[in-house]
Amino acid sequence: MSEFTLRLRRYDPQSGEPPYWESHTIELEPHRSVLEGILQAKGRFDGSIGIRCSCRAAICGSCGVRINGQPGLACHTHLDEALARSKDGLISVEPMGNMPVIKDLIVDMDAVHWKKIQSVTPWLLAREPVPEREYLVDREAMVDVTQSMACIQCGACVSDCLAMEVDPDFTGPAALAKSYRFVGDPRDAEHRERLTALSEDPHGLYTCTHCFKCVDACPKGVNPMGQIMRLRRIAGSDFHIEDRNNGYRHEHAFVNNVRRNGLLHEADLLPDSYGGKFNPRAVPELIASLPVALRGVLRGKITPAKALLHPHKASKELRAIFDRIESKPERYELNLYVSGTDEDNEPTATEATA
Amino acid sequence: MKVAYWPGCVSRGFTPELHGAMAAVAPLLDIELIELDRANCCGAGVISEHNQELADTLNARTFAMAQQTDGELMMNICSTCQGAQTECQERLDASAVYRTQINSTLSSEGLHYEPGVTNKNFLWLLVEEIGLDTLRQKVKRPLTNLRVGPFYGCYIVRPAARLGIDHDHPRHTYLEQVIDTLGGTVIDYAGSHKCCGFPIITMNKTASLRQAGRHLGDAADAQADCVVTPCPLCHLNLDLQQPLAEALVGRELKMPVLHLPQLVGLALGLDPAALGFRRHIVKPTAVIDWTESVVAAAAAA
Repeated sequence: MSEFTLRLRRYDPQSGEPPYWESHTIELEPHRSVLEGILQAKGRFDGSIGIRCSCRAAICGSCGVRINGQPGLACHTHLDEALARSKDGLISVEPMGNMPVIKDLIVDMDAVHWKKIQSVTPWLLAREPVPEREYLVDREAMVDVTQSMACIQCGACVSDCLAMEVDPDFTGPAALAKSYRFVGDPRDAEHRERLTALSEDPHGLYTCTHCFKCVDACPKGVNPMGQIMRLRRIAGSDFHIEDRNNGYRHEHAFVNNVRRNGLLHEADLLPDSYGGKFNPRAVPELIASLPVALRGVLRGKITPAKALLHPHKASKELRAIFDRIESKPERYELNLYVSGTDEDNEPTATEATA
Repeated sequence: MKVAYWPGCVSRGFTPELHGAMAAVAPLLDIELIELDRANCCGAGVISEHNQELADTLNARTFAMAQQTDGELMMNICSTCQGAQTECQERLDASAVYRTQINSTLSSEGLHYEPGVTNKNFLWLLVEEIGLDTLRQKVKRPLTNLRVGPFYGCYIVRPAARLGIDHDHPRHTYLEQVIDTLGGTVIDYAGSHKCCGFPIITMNKTASLRQAGRHLGDAADAQADCVVTPCPLCHLNLDLQQPLAEALVGRELKMPVLHLPQLVGLALGLDPAALGFRRHIVKPTAVIDWTESVVAAAAAA
C-alpha cells in the first residue's frame, strides 16, 4: 500500500460559491487507478464528491476527467503514473474542459458532446438498393473505419480541443471522427451530402486548427484529427466541394503556390485563398489586411519587390513531381492503421520457424 | 558541427529576420549550415491534407538532398516543418514498398531517400547536440530579469509519440530549459503549448485571431516582457496579425514575439539590430530597453 494525495476540484454551480480545491490522502497499491482513489476518498472522507463512472475498465467512457491538466479516463490512469507526471507531488483531478460542470468532476455531456454527435447524422444512410444478403465491401475500407468506431464517447478530445476553446460552435473532433465513420463506409449513400454540410458550416470541417490535441487526448487511438484530414481530402479532392469558408480554395491555392514557387509565396496565398486578388470575395479581406501589410512594408518585413515578384521558382523537376502524382487516376494513401509498419509485420520467431 | 540546414519558406518570406538571426547565431555555436536551397516547402500539413503521396514525395526529396550533404544531421528552424516532415517520415520509414514507390518518382532527379534521416529543430539541436552546459558557457549577456514566455507551436509538441517526446527526451520542456540556461525568467502561462490559430486564418478568422489574442493576453497577465517561439508561422499570427488580434479581443497587447535564434543571439552578445528586431510588427521595445540597460550597466561598471 502507498499513500497518494488527490487534489480534487470541487464545484457546485447551484451553491453560488466559486470552485475550490480540496485534498484527500488515500491509501492504495500504486497500480490501482485514479478512479479507485477518488472512490476511496468519497467513501472514507466525503460522500458528496461528484464523479461519474460505470464499467471501471475503459470501455463505458463515463469517467473522463483531467489529471494533472491532461485529459484521460480516471479508471485507465494508474496512480503511480499520475504521480510521475505531477509537478508538485499531488495528483490533481479536474472536470473536463469545453463543457459546463454539473457538479465537481461531472460535466454536462448532453449540452456539448452529444449535441454535436447528433448533428452529424450518426447512423448509416444505406446505399440503395439494399442487397438481399450482406453488402460486399473491401476489407481495407472496413478496417479503416474501425479506428473511428473505437470511440467510446468519453469526451476527452472535446475537452482538449483548442478550436472549440475559442469557437464553442465548432463541430469538434469526436463528431467529425464519427462523421468519417460513415464517409469512409462504402455502404453509406450520402458521402457528398455529409461532406457538403460539414464544409459549408462556418464552424465545421475547416475550423480544425491542426493542433493534434485530440490525437494525444484520445485513450482509444481514434486519431480524430487524422479522420478530419481524411474528410477534407475526400471533400476537396474527390468531391471538389467549393465551400464558402475558403477551405477548398485555401488548400488548392497552397498546393498550386508551392507547385509554382517551390517554396510558399505568402503574398499570393491570402488573396488566392479568397479566390484571387480581383475576386469580389477577396477585396474586403485585402482591404482589412492593408494596415498590417503597410506596417510590414514600413518595417522591411515585406518588400514590394518580394511581394510582387517571385524570387523563387519551382524547378521543372519539382513541377514534374506534382504532375506525376496529381495525374494518377486514383490518389494513393498509405494508412498505417490498416497496413501496419514493416516492423509490425515481420514474422515472429515462432512463425518464421514454423 | 555541420548540419544540412532547411530554413523553410517563411524565414525567407515574411520573417526574413529569422533567417538572418540564425545565420548570425550559428557560428557562435560552432554550427556550420549547409543550406538546402533547392529543397521545397514541407506542405505545412496542407499538402498532405490534399494528397498524402505528394506531401511524402516532396519531403522525401528534401530528406534525400540532406542525405547527399556531409552534414551530421538535418536541422530546421520551424515547428511546422518539424511536425509536417516527421509525419511524412513516419510513413516513409514504415514501409519499404512505399519507399520504393516514392523513390521511383525522385529518381529522375538522381535522388534517393534512405530511411532514418535525423531531422531536428534548432531547439532540439541546442539541447540534445550542443548541450545546455556548452550553451551556458557561451552566454555573454545573461538574460537576467528578462521575463520570457515560451510558445512552442503545436507541430513541435504533438503528437508526443511521433515526435519522440518521452522521459529521456522531454522536448515539450526544452524552451523553458533554454530560457533558463540563457539566464532569463521563464513565464508560466496557459497558452505556451496551445495553437496560435494560423492554420485557420483564412477559414475562420475570428477563431484564429481569438487564439492569438488570448494567448498573448495570458502572457501579458503573467507579466511577460516577450514571448519566444521556434515557429515562424506562429510568429505570423502572434506578431504580424497582433494588431488585428488586439482589435478582436478588445485589449492592448503590445507583446513582442521573438524567434528562438533571436533570443539565443541576444544572450550570446549580439546587438538587437543585427538580429532584425526592427522588422517586427510589434516593436520589441521591452527587449531593446532591457539590452540597453544591461549594456549601460556593464559600461558603468
